[in-house]
Amino acid sequence: MQVIRRRFLQGLAAVSLVAVLATGPTLAAGPDDWAGIKEDAKGQTVYFHAWGGEPRINAYIDWVAGELKEQYGVTLEHVKVDDTANVVARVLAEKTAGKTSGGAVDLVWINGENFAAMKREGLLQAGAWAERLPNWALVDVEGKPTVRRDFGVPTDGLESPWGMAKLVFMHDSARLAEAPASLQALAEFAKANPGRFTYPQPPNFHGSTFLKQALATLIDDPARLQQPVDPARFDADTAKLFAWLDALHPHLWRSGRAFPASAAALRQLLADGEIDIAFSFNPGDASAAIAAGELPDTVRSFVLEGGTIGNTHFVAIPFNSSASAGAKVVANFLLSPEAQARKEDPAVWGDPTVLDVAALPDADRARFAAIDRGAAGLGPEALGPTLPEPHPSWMDALEAAWAKRYGVQ
Amino acid sequence: MRLRPVPGLVALVLAGPIALGLVWTGLPALGILPAAGATGPSLAPFAQLLETPGLARSVLLSLGTGLAATALSLALVLVLLAGWLDSAPFTGLRRLLSPLLAVPHAAAALGLALVIAPSGLLIRLAAPFDADLARPPDWLILQDPLGLSLVLGLVLKEVPFLLLMALAGLNQIDAQPRMRLAQSLGYGRVAGFCLAVAPPLYRQMRLPVLAVLAFSTSVVDMALILGPTLPPTLAVQVTRWMGDPDLALRLKGAAGAVLQLGVSLAAIAVCIAGERLAARLWRTLGSRGVRARKDGIVRGTVLVLVAALALLALAGLAALVLWSVAAGWRYPDLLPSRIVATHWLQAAPDLGTAISTTLAAGLAASLVAGVLVVALLQDRQGEEKDAGHDAERADGRASRWLDRLMFLPLLVPQVAFLFGLQVLFLDIGLDGSLPAVMLAHLVFVLPYVFLSLRDPWSALDPRFEQVATSLGASRARVFWRIRLPLMLPALATALALGLAVSVSLYLPTLLIGGGRVVTLTTEAVALASGGNRPLIAVHALMQLLLPCLAFAAAALAPRLLLPRLHGRRPT
Repeated sequence: MQVIRRRFLQGLAAVSLVAVLATGPTLAAGPDDWAGIKEDAKGQTVYFHAWGGEPRINAYIDWVAGELKEQYGVTLEHVKVDDTANVVARVLAEKTAGKTSGGAVDLVWINGENFAAMKREGLLQAGAWAERLPNWALVDVEGKPTVRRDFGVPTDGLESPWGMAKLVFMHDSARLAEAPASLQALAEFAKANPGRFTYPQPPNFHGSTFLKQALATLIDDPARLQQPVDPARFDADTAKLFAWLDALHPHLWRSGRAFPASAAALRQLLADGEIDIAFSFNPGDASAAIAAGELPDTVRSFVLEGGTIGNTHFVAIPFNSSASAGAKVVANFLLSPEAQARKEDPAVWGDPTVLDVAALPDADRARFAAIDRGAAGLGPEALGPTLPEPHPSWMDALEAAWAKRYGVQ
Repeated sequence: MRLRPVPGLVALVLAGPIALGLVWTGLPALGILPAAGATGPSLAPFAQLLETPGLARSVLLSLGTGLAATALSLALVLVLLAGWLDSAPFTGLRRLLSPLLAVPHAAAALGLALVIAPSGLLIRLAAPFDADLARPPDWLILQDPLGLSLVLGLVLKEVPFLLLMALAGLNQIDAQPRMRLAQSLGYGRVAGFCLAVAPPLYRQMRLPVLAVLAFSTSVVDMALILGPTLPPTLAVQVTRWMGDPDLALRLKGAAGAVLQLGVSLAAIAVCIAGERLAARLWRTLGSRGVRARKDGIVRGTVLVLVAALALLALAGLAALVLWSVAAGWRYPDLLPSRIVATHWLQAAPDLGTAISTTLAAGLAASLVAGVLVVALLQDRQGEEKDAGHDAERADGRASRWLDRLMFLPLLVPQVAFLFGLQVLFLDIGLDGSLPAVMLAHLVFVLPYVFLSLRDPWSALDPRFEQVATSLGASRARVFWRIRLPLMLPALATALALGLAVSVSLYLPTLLIGGGRVVTLTTEAVALASGGNRPLIAVHALMQLLLPCLAFAAAALAPRLLLPRLHGRRPT
């Protein structure tokens, strides 16, 4: 009964989507062939290449696989990758070899520079399929503009939003009662407590995000970050950032002579008591880690004054996917209120939804209202303002400048 | 029994993928990669490579850590043999070290990191005695800029390997008479061994030493866990560039892979120069006649050092075991506050598929390698019997050549040819499949199975087969009824070694398997990026448990299958 009701709602949503957006030229095929896609998908095996470093996320994907098998007859195989860039390399290698169908990757978890690279090289399935999924109608396009602009690059329906990320800091309140809530306070804290703060080494994603966060706060004209980097102005634009880092580095963990490899390694350092402050791109991370016994229950989350960087992560289908219909069914299921609410629960994963919760039917809204965010979790209202991701070209330029300046001891 | 096509087939399996892989790596290095819009030829990738900040430092790190690890391992093994061969402490140490052969490099590195890190077991041991250690000290131990931790990790893995190779080499030379002669001339144990036994022994183990050197200068998984990052070693840099979404970097990565080949060759050149220097030094030392009778300090030091290495490795394994069942294990607690099975239970579903894939790839690769090697060795035996004709002498030269070719996969850095090999497998439509991974594994497994089986095969007393033949048995019958049953223990050990090698392969599995073929090793490295220690420990332990079980099975199988031949002798 519930399944029927949900399908009815999905159908309704699809119809209203057509009604609202029928003027768009890309919608010529429309979601009306969704029944056909579902039929094609039945019995397909979808190889979903997704980062496999977090058991909680792996367990969530396992649950998704079970639901898909039951509801749609689609088999989902989670291929655990340690770096999404390798998947891009993989699809590129297939293109090199002229393999235009039957590719190894059917669906990939992606955003930012990896998406920009795949889009630029024509490695993604064309046809704006993402915005023709039935559940696209539920996505919060107005309130979360990043669901259509991935690091400033228009998604053009080449990828379907999956979750929201936002830079959130954490500290162990048992050792550090008052957290430094601005970049200035953070630098002062590091100076007074040498070796108790660090960040993952760029080009690690979280390390680069920390650089972007600092740049977004320190740059004179933040609007410049929404444009591609102007090489002529790069040094001037980043002068304050690097002055700040120069002053910070001698007081970092290991005096800045080594850096942790990832945000998870950073969190492990917090758990070991080597550092006092860590950060994550997931507001539910601290609560989830406490629940799993990985962090002491005295850890609390906080954000910096003036806002922190936020973005959206997506799933995309490579141009040579061997199970394109199945991949679309997976993407659509990932957008369902059922899957999105489960994902936002810190006991499961703690990844914020891309949907417009306020516009959902009561029953689906209740799923989100029921989530227990834990003592270390920050609800949507406590997260503060979101700073947009700079254009992807900033990431490359910052990483290169960082490597040149600090990459050789 | 001549099996004509076999040597050619073996040579093809060994050299074919490497040659083609190198060509397909070389093309992008010269600016030819159509998918990236590069139609070359140009030297731009090399120009880009040279602009990399810290490139010289990366190259020096690769060279330095590789040479240091190899020289240290070799010196430890030789001096240990010199001072303690055939003594009770040596037998004990050998028992401690030989299981370490089966520990994959990644697992050994992960275990070592858990012991020597500032929040690791060693500092936890010291913490109760020093108030400053209430929190982990801010010491740069892992990722140190000189790569000392990486050298330690490599030595940990290479000492057992070189020791095994040295013991095999000792069987080939008349070590005992040489030692007795030196001692009768009044030389001390160490000096006598070094002057009289070490030179011919080194000649026997030269290729394994060079293989260790090539591996150490290009290792990726160990360097990722223990090595410096500002900058990392060249092989790690190259692996990163090849995986970077920026396609221009792929060309630079290919150029870096070519440079890596050069670095490993340079290390080998340094080693050969070192051999010459040592030869001259040895002649001088020999003519001086220094007896060095009081070598107790040297003998004591090396025994302590090797014992410390073995203990460090064992502590690493213990740390892995503890983390795999730990809940709420915080610094500075020496032991977990609770022991739980949840990590194992959570991992069980994933482990099941990973184990079956790992076993499938490993068993297939080592069985095929076993068949090829047995066929090759049988072919050689026929060759020896027919020796005398000029044509057969040419065959003898060919087989010596093939012996050296066996070391090719161990001498060419993996990153240098795997990128090209991936494209090759794509071309023939084999990519991303288990058979492709098995084939790639075969290239690495074959040499080890061959090295492990060659000496036992030729060591069998020829009279067994002579008697059988003189009683009228056909060559096939002699093979099936005499040779194979007698060789069963050696064959089982060789196959177990092949499986162990296959289990530990990371880059070949990842690149050729396209991520679809998930083995324990790819799973462990994927998890390592997440930093969840209990889960990393579970996978690292499974990764080393499989080879251990294989060796145990290899030890038991002959007794169970042929109890009359291999059962315990009645006392």
